[in-house]
Amino acid sequence: MDGNLNMIGYGLAAIGPGVGIGLIFAAYINGVARQPEARGVLQGIAILGFALAEALAIIGIGLAFVL
Amino acid sequence: MGGVPLAVEGGFEAPGPRDFEFPPIFGEGTVLTKPMLIVIVATVLVGAFFYVAARSMAMVPGKYQYAVEGVYGFVRNGIVGDAVGREGLKFVPYLVTLFSFIFALNISGIIPFVQFPATSRIAIPLFLAVISCVIFNLVGIRRQGFVGYFRNMMFPSGVPWPVYILLAPIEFVSTVVIRPLTLTLRLALNMFAGHLVLLLTVLGGEYLLLEAGGLSAVLSVVPFLFAFILTVFEGFVQFLQAYVFTLLSALYIAGALVEEH
Repeated sequence: MDGNLNMIGYGLAAIGPGVGIGLIFAAYINGVARQPEARGVLQGIAILGFALAEALAIIGIGLAFVL
Repeated sequence: MGGVPLAVEGGFEAPGPRDFEFPPIFGEGTVLTKPMLIVIVATVLVGAFFYVAARSMAMVPGKYQYAVEGVYGFVRNGIVGDAVGREGLKFVPYLVTLFSFIFALNISGIIPFVQFPATSRIAIPLFLAVISCVIFNLVGIRRQGFVGYFRNMMFPSGVPWPVYILLAPIEFVSTVVIRPLTLTLRLALNMFAGHLVLLLTVLGGEYLLLEAGGLSAVLSVVPFLFAFILTVFEGFVQFLQAYVFTLLSALYIAGALVEEH
């Protein structure tokens, strides 16, 4: 079995953004459930938060391949 | 450079970064590669898509004009309207171009027989991110003045002065370096990772079907099924990433337009 230890590191590093994105969408679903008419406003904010949290995971996979 | 580690007993070669490097199409010595060809074709198609619609604008839109206006309206109302407001309307043409160009390059990853997202080559998102970065910085400088823009950026009011020692360099680096860098990496590596996963499922299925022999040919149904599901999912991600890139560009422009006192 060969491979690269970087990928294990990346797997561990992806836990953080994974939890973060989960929290963001949990809050979004909560918000829409409580106030369905706010969906349009919340969607943009949720996607924005998702993009910012996801950047960490994405930087991780970049570094896993580059380092 | 490490490939994706896979605990497979010899024979199967997991896809890796080398699958993103293409030889020149017309043999050694020429420069045109597959990603470049995709970019050229996408530019022509996106340009023609809007040009043809703009040539024959009708008061009552037909199906085609309705589709074009749908794209334009999506960016205008869905991205700029929410994020920037009225002042952002003069940036709509740039953002529509950005969105449709990125989307065309992304979606080439799941179009049959093309099947390579050109945006997974980092040069393309980097170039687009640099354009966005130059635009929002110039907008800020023109709006707030050179000194005012950097003062508002690096020295926000309402902070005790010793904090500025830490805050000013962080704010400067985050606006001028980190923003374009994350725009680039987010788009490029999303497409990279998505394409890698698709390659893995398809090549793995092919290996099980044709080369592993025996009963594993039956098992190849599983990776092929996943390849199908993931292709649909990739289509969604490709749309989302084009949306996110445009949304963040619009937000950065909106941030530069705000005059703080």
